[in-house]
Amino acid sequence: MIRATEITRRFGRVEAVSALSFELEAGGSVALWGSNGAGKTTLIRCLLGVIRHRGQASIGGVDVRRHGRQARALVGYVPQELAFHDDSRLGNAMMFFARLRRVSRHRAAESLDAVGLTGHERKRVRDLSGGMKQRLALAVALLSNPPLIILDEPTSNLDAGGRGEVVATLRRLRADGKTLLFASHRPDEVIALADRVLVMEQGRLIRDTTPAELWPTEKPVQVIRLYLTLASEAEAADALREAGHAVHLNGDGLCVAVPRDRKAEPITALARRQIEVRDVEVLEDVQIPEVKQ
Amino acid sequence: MSAMTTTPRTVTVRTSAAGFVGGIWHFARREFRDAIASKWFILYTIAFTVLAVGVSFLSLSGVGSHGFAGFGRTAAGLLNLIMLVVPLMALTAGAGSIAGERERGTLLYLLAQPVSRTQLLLGKYLGLAAALVCSLCIGFGVSAVVLAWRADGVGTGSFAMLMSFTAMLALSMLSLGMLISVISRRTGVATGVGLFTWLTLVFVSDLGLMASSIIFKLRVQEIFGLAALNPLQSFKMAVIVNMNASLDVLGPVGAYASQTLGGALPWLLASSLLAWTLAPLGLAMLLFGRRSSV
Repeated sequence: MIRATEITRRFGRVEAVSALSFELEAGGSVALWGSNGAGKTTLIRCLLGVIRHRGQASIGGVDVRRHGRQARALVGYVPQELAFHDDSRLGNAMMFFARLRRVSRHRAAESLDAVGLTGHERKRVRDLSGGMKQRLALAVALLSNPPLIILDEPTSNLDAGGRGEVVATLRRLRADGKTLLFASHRPDEVIALADRVLVMEQGRLIRDTTPAELWPTEKPVQVIRLYLTLASEAEAADALREAGHAVHLNGDGLCVAVPRDRKAEPITALARRQIEVRDVEVLEDVQIPEVKQ
Repeated sequence: MSAMTTTPRTVTVRTSAAGFVGGIWHFARREFRDAIASKWFILYTIAFTVLAVGVSFLSLSGVGSHGFAGFGRTAAGLLNLIMLVVPLMALTAGAGSIAGERERGTLLYLLAQPVSRTQLLLGKYLGLAAALVCSLCIGFGVSAVVLAWRADGVGTGSFAMLMSFTAMLALSMLSLGMLISVISRRTGVATGVGLFTWLTLVFVSDLGLMASSIIFKLRVQEIFGLAALNPLQSFKMAVIVNMNASLDVLGPVGAYASQTLGGALPWLLASSLLAWTLAPLGLAMLLFGRRSSV
């Protein structure tokens, strides 16, 4: 379904995606895993053909650079945050995209129903909750029943309830034979949805693996956020990875997955390197497996 | 959430010309709807209508004009009003279009749909163009009613000509605005550049031409050529030449243009406006299509 060969994209001097190649078979589900700035979003945009890149990418055998419009007809895209005109009414927004994708009013209603948004057509987009907006994006993505769904951190702005709904919907889509490619920061999502994980770091593909290999045990862990000085974040991330922790920089501190009874371990590891931790926050209590790097 | 309905269907990738035109039409329709519901459209329409009616009243007050003579004076007043207001409307509308979508984050989402950049740009252009023409029609329409009431009639042909050239001016300025929008990352920057362009076309280029003609001792044909390069001057000359059949009222340069170009003059000026419509729009399409990012 997707064939990417030596995809490279630079922003000035920074190589956001560096000679990245992978293939995704029809019906498969691949997660893009990596910290902020690893290049996941840029890769997705390259695959959608909305930004220029070197290398070759095709969707369903259609070259995304030469025939972007045709390639995108095979894709339903769900962004990290829904970007609709705030003043639009949900029903009108849906119909606009239905016309663009040349599907009937009936199909639009069907898609809205599928994500549980029937009855909300008169609401303005700005009045929708984060979860409803994300479901609307999913409804748009499913309008023309495309074989491939690409999602860029689809649950990052949702609460636990909203996340659960989206993940359940995506699981049903998988069961229906859809091909999924999604970026995520959440191990629980990756385990629930992906059969392969592409681990990215600084634009490079450093590992093509499976969730089971990445998280081999089922020991409950918690995610803690460490607040450090900006200058020490990268060094701290390296130190924690060396100590066997799953780390990602999220632009507002450093998120680390740790066993529930050993939350002080990362702080101790950093203290050994004389890296000062300014504050610690224990994030929501999610049952995610321990991470093995 | 109810069960997802994903009945397997055959995926067809349609690439027909009808699909291409259909995409443009859907964007145009949405843009038109958004534009006429927006504050800028309502404000500009009200301002243009009020000013046009005001100019019509002032032109006719106490003169006892009738028919075409009354309209001739009104047209002269309207001409200056149009040259100030219409470029401002069109430039700012165009400047905010693509840059606004980019800033709101909606551009990426639209481009992730099975549409091309050309479809999106042309659709937005046509939608905004239709909204602008509607706005002008309201202003001219109310003004025509005033003229018909106060001056016992309107020179229909002249009025239609004035409206047509005004629409052409609006379309050329909209093209320029779209070009600005394509190359600007932020709406604020695009609007600023649009306003600067408006100021340059309305005031600075006239003053620059006057100064250049004195400093470089330009010949009349050179002054005419430079003036015709400014779409606003082309518009002004086109309206005058269509109403008076001559540009003599503009002095030696006008007289030169009337004598040497004769019947070709209106076409030349209309071509200048058309070129100012097609060239910036074409360049905007080219640059937007070649943008390496969103």
